[in-house]
Amino acid sequence: MQTRLAIIATSINKTFLLRHTHSLKESVIAALRRRPLTSSFNALEDVSFRIHEGESVALMGFNGSGKSTLLKLISGVLQPDRGEVLTRGRVAGLIEVGAGFHPDLSGRENIYLNAAILGMSQKEIDARFDDIVDFSEIAKFIDTEVKHYSSGMFLRLAFSVAIHTEVDILLVDEILSVGDEPFQRKCLAKIRELHAAGKTLVVVSHDLQMVADLCDRGILINKGHVVFDGESHEAVARMRAQE
Amino acid sequence: MTQSTSTDDLTGFVRPGQGAGLVDVVRRRYLLNLLVRKEVQVRYRGSVLGWLWSYVKPVTQFLVFFVALGVFLQLNGSIPNYPVYLFSGLIMVNLFSEAFSNGTRSLVDNAALIKKIYLPRELFPVSSTLVALVNFLPQVLVLGVVCIFVGWSPSIVQILGVLLGLVIIIVLAMGLSLLFGSVNVSFRDAQNFVELIVLVATWASPVLYQTALVAQVLPEWLMVIYQLNPLTAAVELLHAGFWLPTTNGAGQSPDGLLMYGLFALLISLAILAFGQFVFRKLERRFAQDL
Repeated sequence: MQTRLAIIATSINKTFLLRHTHSLKESVIAALRRRPLTSSFNALEDVSFRIHEGESVALMGFNGSGKSTLLKLISGVLQPDRGEVLTRGRVAGLIEVGAGFHPDLSGRENIYLNAAILGMSQKEIDARFDDIVDFSEIAKFIDTEVKHYSSGMFLRLAFSVAIHTEVDILLVDEILSVGDEPFQRKCLAKIRELHAAGKTLVVVSHDLQMVADLCDRGILINKGHVVFDGESHEAVARMRAQE
Repeated sequence: MTQSTSTDDLTGFVRPGQGAGLVDVVRRRYLLNLLVRKEVQVRYRGSVLGWLWSYVKPVTQFLVFFVALGVFLQLNGSIPNYPVYLFSGLIMVNLFSEAFSNGTRSLVDNAALIKKIYLPRELFPVSSTLVALVNFLPQVLVLGVVCIFVGWSPSIVQILGVLLGLVIIIVLAMGLSLLFGSVNVSFRDAQNFVELIVLVATWASPVLYQTALVAQVLPEWLMVIYQLNPLTAAVELLHAGFWLPTTNGAGQSPDGLLMYGLFALLISLAILAFGQFVFRKLERRFAQDL
């Protein structure tokens, strides 16, 4: 039996306009001289896929293939120019964790601020606060300002907040390259646990072996087009064949 | 692989990144609260005087204007309780200026966040306005204490008038922040332009002088425009609440103040609606343009 759908992408196109001007004056002058104001770059062309609840999907492709753009379209940071992305349930991204951290605030304050940014309510944060601190293993420094943290401590805390967000769809971008090995393993275990609990996963990583093992399905993207959509190890094989 | 979606049950699906604008800000008020607190906490970190700095500016401004206009130009003689008159208008315009200029810059300042995580982007201009309000409240307190010392007996209507003036400023500043803030993402000219508006604002409303003086010079139709400026109405409402009840009948409010106050509220609401409209049009491109 098929489970319900979680993400539907229907022929999405994303074009980036690179503006060459940054002020009204420059725009006017460029227009008068008939110089192009913008040049465009197709990041994604006619991309369609459907992801069911509880699936784990790896987006694969070389640098510049458009996979991070795709992730941003699913999270809502970017909007498609044509086509449509639909999601069901709460979406949260482990995308560049720590983006909302403020160096002058303590670890505790940052946990609350960031969990709220990721969409959690005060009650939810209160309930998970201890788990977040335990997972990050920096309980001793929780009331220290984050600017005094080592980069490892910072990443641990940021990741810990993100992974404890209440989600249905978890987007993961290159996150697993952070931290030392034991912490990486712990993160992977946590992600597997969430998957086992029925969460939908969409993962982007250059660690092909790891994503192939983590995910059942791979979507291979090349220059903005989906070139393969199927079993993850096969996707890796196809990608390697492209080189 | 690509089937038609028409046969699917689409209940519960949403388009990511397309929120409900200011309504979402109300829904995410816990986050708004944290953002405001963060800003308040962080702003003067690392300075010895800390939050006192936010009083140094209005006090200095007050002293400069008081000496130049009150003493040298002798407005002290023609306007009763001129210091109270001056200070009550000044804090109102400062609230507007701070909310408006910080709100305009708020999206660019939070670029790192906007590019990575989706959240209702209206949160940033709105929180700038609220931070300005947090900064403003102690100044009103100072004003209130001074008024009590010089004999203050406001009526309920006058107090309600102060609240109306405050609402006008907040709505106006939010609306203009949404408008100029979203333009500022692509064209940084906006924030410079806003500085100009702020500079003019102090002089284009009756903060330093009385409306009656303007009426003597301006033709009637221009006077109507002058009074339709929401800032003028808000400043006069503050005068009516704080300064007027301390003058023992020596001072007076301009005619039709309540009517202009309500007009100002309507104009501010219209600007807010327009600001939100433009913001939502431009919002699609925020993450890629910042």
